[in-house]
Amino acid sequence: MSTETIAAVKERKPLFTAKDRKLITDPLDDDNPITVQVLGICSALAVTVQVKPALFMSMGVLFVLIMGNLVVSLIRNLIPSRVRIIVQLVIVAALVTVVDQVLKAYAYDVSKELSVFVGLIITNCIVMGRLEAFALANKPGPAILDGIGNGLGYSFILLLVAVVRELFGSGTILGFPIIGEWALNLGYKHNGLFVLPPMALVIVGVIIWVQRSRNQKLIEAN
Amino acid sequence: MKPLKRIVENFEPHFAEGGKWRKYWPLFDGFATFLFTPGHATHKGAHIRDGIDLKRTMSMVILAMVPALLFGMYNVGYQHFLALGEQAAFMDMFLYGMWKVLPLVVVSYGVGLGVEFVFCIIKGHQINEGYLVSGMLIPLVCPPDLPLWMLALAVIFAVVIGKEVFGGTGMNILNVALTARAFLFFAYPADISGDKVWISGVSNQVVNGYTGETALAQFAKTGGDVAAMGGQSFASQADFLWSGFIGLVPGSVGETSTLAILIGAAILMLTGIGSWRIMASVTLGGLAMGYLLNGFSGIFPDNAYLAIPPYYHLIFGGFAFGAVFMATDPVTASQTPTGKYIYGFLIGVLAVIIRVLNPAYPEGMMLAILFMNVMAPLIDHYVVQGNINRRLKRLNVATHG
Repeated sequence: MSTETIAAVKERKPLFTAKDRKLITDPLDDDNPITVQVLGICSALAVTVQVKPALFMSMGVLFVLIMGNLVVSLIRNLIPSRVRIIVQLVIVAALVTVVDQVLKAYAYDVSKELSVFVGLIITNCIVMGRLEAFALANKPGPAILDGIGNGLGYSFILLLVAVVRELFGSGTILGFPIIGEWALNLGYKHNGLFVLPPMALVIVGVIIWVQRSRNQKLIEAN
Repeated sequence: MKPLKRIVENFEPHFAEGGKWRKYWPLFDGFATFLFTPGHATHKGAHIRDGIDLKRTMSMVILAMVPALLFGMYNVGYQHFLALGEQAAFMDMFLYGMWKVLPLVVVSYGVGLGVEFVFCIIKGHQINEGYLVSGMLIPLVCPPDLPLWMLALAVIFAVVIGKEVFGGTGMNILNVALTARAFLFFAYPADISGDKVWISGVSNQVVNGYTGETALAQFAKTGGDVAAMGGQSFASQADFLWSGFIGLVPGSVGETSTLAILIGAAILMLTGIGSWRIMASVTLGGLAMGYLLNGFSGIFPDNAYLAIPPYYHLIFGGFAFGAVFMATDPVTASQTPTGKYIYGFLIGVLAVIIRVLNPAYPEGMMLAILFMNVMAPLIDHYVVQGNINRRLKRLNVATHG
């Protein structure tokens, strides 16, 4: 015991160890919540017609993930394991309510656009998944990093899908016209399929396809 | 043939193992076996190998489509001059139609085969000839004035997302040609449905009172009063039915003529390439549902489509074309004989339901076939399972009884 503490003091711990860094980078690629764990697909289809709602949705989930992980991690030794799901739900629901109220107060139009999907963050499998799989068994520091990593991994895919859908579906990004009048005059037309939810599924599928062909670790042996 | 064969043989070493274009072997192989019988022979065991390989099968289907294609070209011209109110000679009509349809065919083949080549070279596969048929089907189910870039996009989508991601020819769940059409239908609805697209070259200069809706929509709208149908009036219902059967009505390029499609059906059935079980059961399903819905027409007079005589469904729109060329696609249809009956019957039923009860989706046939494509493996599973259970029971009786 004593030798360990001495060793720890001797070599000064860097702010982010390699392990910590992995907590953030892993969910971005190797362990992405959407494309590898295939969680949170529902909101990836629903709020990605345009970039703006996707952006707000990403921020909401990021906030809930970080705070939820932190709170659960802090009280992880107090939660009786038989009622842990309920406790997690209460925490997540409280956080989601905060997000919902903030959106209503400061970004009312976006909040109307996102409608029920803000509330549905509660049931987003990524949130509950991280609480169950990570926060319950780790210290607050790593739990926060894990929340940031997974939140960013989710946001990255969400925004990617939203950019593609808004660009081809309505010719804009964040409401700014990218495909100008000249293209429309030449006979170009916006693609109605990209506005429909099935196309989001196809885009997520293509992202998974590209990711798996680049990342050898993800190829399953069968 | 000799010189052609010599050219192929001269090129072979360059593409064979160790040659400088080894990477493009699938490309060479594709062309060589397209021209000549492949040199594969069975090495082990006793196998009976049919002389007809996949390429010949596909060529047969193309051949079956030729009547529909030729008639489609003529009809595109016929509708064009009719809508403009001009007299034109037969050849003028045909040439006008050919001028409209050939670019569609060229783009469809060019883009589709291009995508296939790229995938085959990346994966090192042999080039499969699956696209030969899809490439001809796609232009036949498009309106004549469809912008070519839309067609190209739809073909890329259909080949990549509909086929290659599942592993290429023979692995696809959905019919490739219908995937392309569905893509167009949902992405650019204004260019593939409605009343402005079915007659070529008249969108800006429509003759007074002429509506270019599909025949079925016109028929429903006017309550079966064929004399009042926009622009193109008919002396009697029999007359209307006859021109629908021959195919002189507006529509997608290849689907208007039930007669030409029947010739194709005969070719497919005689050569044993298309399943007569599917064709027959689709027809039966459509008729059955048609009569059932027709029975309700007195109760719901608001829905004009209910009053359409059931056999009209077989003649107008894409029903016949879908039944003969799309539903019989050997890859996406059910594989078991019993399954084929169920699969076909449900396609007919669904197509008529969609047509009659939801006129917002004018092409019920497309959606019905795509839906049943997805269900086909399930049908097969239960048919096979049912057979196993039956035989198990017999076995048990034999051993215990």
